[in-house]
Amino acid sequence: MPKQTPSQTVGPFFAYGLTPESYGRAGVAGNNLLSDSTRGERIRVEGVVYDGNGAPVSDAMLEIWQANAAGRYDHPEDSRDDVAADLGFHGFGRTGTDAEGRFHFETVKPGPVPGRGNSLQAPHISLTLFSRGMPNHTFTRIYFPDEADANAADPVLALAPAERRETLVATRLDRSGQPVYRFDIHLQGEQETVFFDA
Amino acid sequence: MSSDPQYSARDWSRMSPYREPGYKSTQLRGPTQPPIVIPQTLSETTGPALGYAAVTQEDADLTMNARRNGEPVGERIIVTGRVMDENGRGIANSLVEIWQANATGRYVHVNDRHDAPLDPNFLGAGKCVTDADGTYRFQTIRPGAYPWPNHHNAWRPPHIHFSLMGASILNRLVTQMYFPGDPLLAFDPIFNAIADEDARQAMVAGFELDLTEPNWALGYRFDIVLRGRNATPMEN
Repeated sequence: MPKQTPSQTVGPFFAYGLTPESYGRAGVAGNNLLSDSTRGERIRVEGVVYDGNGAPVSDAMLEIWQANAAGRYDHPEDSRDDVAADLGFHGFGRTGTDAEGRFHFETVKPGPVPGRGNSLQAPHISLTLFSRGMPNHTFTRIYFPDEADANAADPVLALAPAERRETLVATRLDRSGQPVYRFDIHLQGEQETVFFDA
Repeated sequence: MSSDPQYSARDWSRMSPYREPGYKSTQLRGPTQPPIVIPQTLSETTGPALGYAAVTQEDADLTMNARRNGEPVGERIIVTGRVMDENGRGIANSLVEIWQANATGRYVHVNDRHDAPLDPNFLGAGKCVTDADGTYRFQTIRPGAYPWPNHHNAWRPPHIHFSLMGASILNRLVTQMYFPGDPLLAFDPIFNAIADEDARQAMVAGFELDLTEPNWALGYRFDIVLRGRNATPMEN
């Protein structure tokens, strides 16, 4: 049987290919997941990526993947008829960090999605992170602070050690009338973000 | 969805460690805590089907897609292969993106300060979508080697960066393709951070005369294997 091809770092020079918006060209996906017809509560997700010295990582790439506001994924494997699809929302975004390590996405708050068995998962956004100096991508989830009950019952959040669990929950800020969720990523250190392997 | 088989785990025996002493920039960027294993749910077994992303035929021809006043300089090459899973099944209709240095070893990226010329007719970025069999094909220019600040007299071997969207976020992969017979491979800490010899060689393309087009371009094959689904159904 063929064996998995190894991962290699995305390196420092991916931007003109993978996130070419900063070069004046459209990429396959940017940091705005919204269209005029997207349904649901519009939110901004923003943060900073920090290295082990607490310095901002200015050459990271982040990809998010999420369900729509009703909790359905735009993918053939999610064929639930009782959860509404949204033709105006694909659920995928990609962006690079800027010189200060900052990133942001314009999206909608996802609905809850099914877990294994009959469980329900709290609303969350899957996040994949690539950077120079990272031979393999890292993978985590963004949870929402205003979903305390759902978070308490979430089977994946429960797998993170209690003392590190808060690294997976964004902070809510309200700015100019728009809900803003702040989610910083610490690659190392006391606040090291919990990363997953599925 | 709960009856769908699980994806196999990431094969860590074929991957680099997150922190590798010889590859300096891993030191402050590799997580120190082991990743926490979570069950595969609908959140992980789905992923972006980027069929809606407009990809044109010209996007796969890097010798054409950035011309201004002539042809890019360098040795034309064809790079083709299959994106497949561990069962050898092709992954169809999946986005493949590449980016690379030009023939002199210089990237278009604004932060690339290497003292080698840019080519006004070469961007070094392309994309295509795999066909029903998982096959992709690019035409490009053989990239040059370039220095990097990891250690004294450090040079990256010529390589092409590959980004594979796969079929779900579980088999997302970013990797690099290297060239056969390259003496720089022995000295590259990124390539050699992978301990397994067979895994390292899986990143080296094969030269094939059958893929070579007479009087036009040399042909290389680079097959890519992504995590596949086991035969065993997922337990609930």
